Amino acid sequence: MKKIIIALLTLVPTLVLAAGGGAPLDHANNDITDKESLRNGAATYMNNCLGCHQLQYQRYNRTFTDLEIDEKEGIETLMFTGEKVGDHITNTMPEKEAAAFFGAAPPDLTLVTRFRSSDWLYTYLRSFYADSARPFGVNNAVFKDVGMPHVFQQLQGVQELTADAKAMLQSDKVRPLTSADLVLTQPGDLTPAEYDVVVRDLVNFLEYTGEPSKVERHRLGYWVLGFLVILFIFSYLLKKEYWRDVH
Amino acid sequence: MFANLMAWFDARLPVTDAWNKHLAQYPAPKNFNFWYFFGSLAMLVLVNQIVTGIWLTMNYEPSGDGAFASVEYIMRDVDYGWLLRYMHSTGASAFFIVVYLHMYRGLMYGSYQKPRELLWIFGMLIYLVLMAEAFMGYLLPWGNMSFWGAQVIISLFGAIPVIGDDLTTWIRGDYVISGATLNRFFALHVIALPLVLVILVFLHILALHEVGSNNPEGTNIKKKKGSVPEEEKSKFTFHKAYTDKYDIVDAIPFHPYYSVKDIMGVVGFLILFCWVMFFAPEGGGYFLEAPNFTPANGLKTPEHIVPVWYFGPFYTILRVIPDKLLGMLGMFAAIGMLFALPWFDRGTVKSFKFRSKWHLFNLVQFTICFIVLGVLGTMPASELANLIGRIATLGYFGFFIALWFYSKNEQTKPVPERVSK
Repeated sequence: MKKIIIALLTLVPTLVLAAGGGAPLDHANNDITDKESLRNGAATYMNNCLGCHQLQYQRYNRTFTDLEIDEKEGIETLMFTGEKVGDHITNTMPEKEAAAFFGAAPPDLTLVTRFRSSDWLYTYLRSFYADSARPFGVNNAVFKDVGMPHVFQQLQGVQELTADAKAMLQSDKVRPLTSADLVLTQPGDLTPAEYDVVVRDLVNFLEYTGEPSKVERHRLGYWVLGFLVILFIFSYLLKKEYWRDVH
Repeated sequence: MFANLMAWFDARLPVTDAWNKHLAQYPAPKNFNFWYFFGSLAMLVLVNQIVTGIWLTMNYEPSGDGAFASVEYIMRDVDYGWLLRYMHSTGASAFFIVVYLHMYRGLMYGSYQKPRELLWIFGMLIYLVLMAEAFMGYLLPWGNMSFWGAQVIISLFGAIPVIGDDLTTWIRGDYVISGATLNRFFALHVIALPLVLVILVFLHILALHEVGSNNPEGTNIKKKKGSVPEEEKSKFTFHKAYTDKYDIVDAIPFHPYYSVKDIMGVVGFLILFCWVMFFAPEGGGYFLEAPNFTPANGLKTPEHIVPVWYFGPFYTILRVIPDKLLGMLGMFAAIGMLFALPWFDRGTVKSFKFRSKWHLFNLVQFTICFIVLGVLGTMPASELANLIGRIATLGYFGFFIALWFYSKNEQTKPVPERVSK
């Protein structure tokens, strides 16, 4: 028996290795319980992203409730297309024409953090760099040849590849780019630290839309586990009491 | 009042008798260990899947256009829909964890050996139907991995000579995976296969109670009638269906002793289950795979198409065999070997504790190979992975072949007449 357990334990490192892979990402360190951050992220989203990217599974009023935004205020400040407050967060961009504009239709982003992860999105939005070969003049370190323009260029400024990264791409040892391969050559309206906060809030909001019940899930989880641990103690004592006759 | 009511029922249906025969006076060996929790846990998970499944169908829409959105509707707009969905999705993986451990128990303690062959066969049929059930259920969220996973597996049947192409079209109900496929998988997933599962579980338990439970030492608790002195017999009352034929030793009634023990097991299991469900329902990307958070798209292949983790071992066997048809045969043969296990093992000593060093070695190498195959099944293919996979495949099949050879004249230790503790 012991031998079997030891044999099984030796396999654990294999399992851990199996879970890795992909280029290293920066950590978003966002907090979905931070309502202020979520509200900022929602505002950024509605003003900059919604024109192209829908949140077709998420409703306005659910968002207002969860983010503690007064409904009247929400309708005035965050809803621009005359929808009803119970509607899904959609836009009117026709998919076919959108595909013609960008090469591919801009995807719905309700679940983007569940598909890509929050860290990926955080890294992606901070990893655009100037590349004259691309239609919009920008490329992305973690999403090669992406069809999307750098919407936040005004805020972030212009990044370029470092000399080392350029040399690496020309060499025969090409590795995936990371945000560390980029350097800010033309400052934007925000400092890099301020820009990171804007992106973090936006990522936070999209992590929220990915699973609006996540905070509730965690909250309920602690109660359920607490209850079960207490129940386990009693079930153990019950078993012990009955099994007195056996031993 | 209650006694009268029971008498009324008993005169018309053997309620009390069945309760006694299968629970309150069923003789179970007193030395069950940790590994014996998984049978009752499998029942618990089955009930969980059926109950949460019923509630999910109330809001799920089985159509190519509506399926993905309806799952998100359940996650957002249905009260506690997210909880039902996670109970079901975590339950699917938990089902396989529990069933694999339950099968492994049988493997270690020789619970498949005579007279429990049919019991083992019923168990294997449950496992087979469970795999079909899980495969079809995985298509229903209509995510991109659902789509491509089904695409890959169904296209395997195309490797069958002559009828292959027609067969795949017949299974899909279309030339590609489509709403037609989704609809039929939905019907099979929610009605046909669960019905078969429940019937098989019923037969599994009936067969178990006919031959009696094995135990970690593989000793027989049913002795020849009249061979055991009165003071050595078990002091508990057992149903006459058992005591009329045998003298029972070292046994305790299932209820209340194992029912209270299983309650403890259930609560322990639920702690782990709820911990995953509430704090990591994606199971690290193994229980809910990331590509499945985008809708099915026949033009966009996920980066790595890998089946859900519980199909890993068989998927690897399929993948490391260079020929598609042979690979498919290898995959099905791997499951077939398990079915035939009671006849590969020609020994009479059940528990590995009293069998040869060879057997222990064989069991350990099989365990390692099975886990390696499973891990490889969740990883993208590579030269090295294929090589390791081929070695592990040999180890997997080798287990059964070697068992057949050495088990006939195996050097075993004497099995104690009575349970030792």
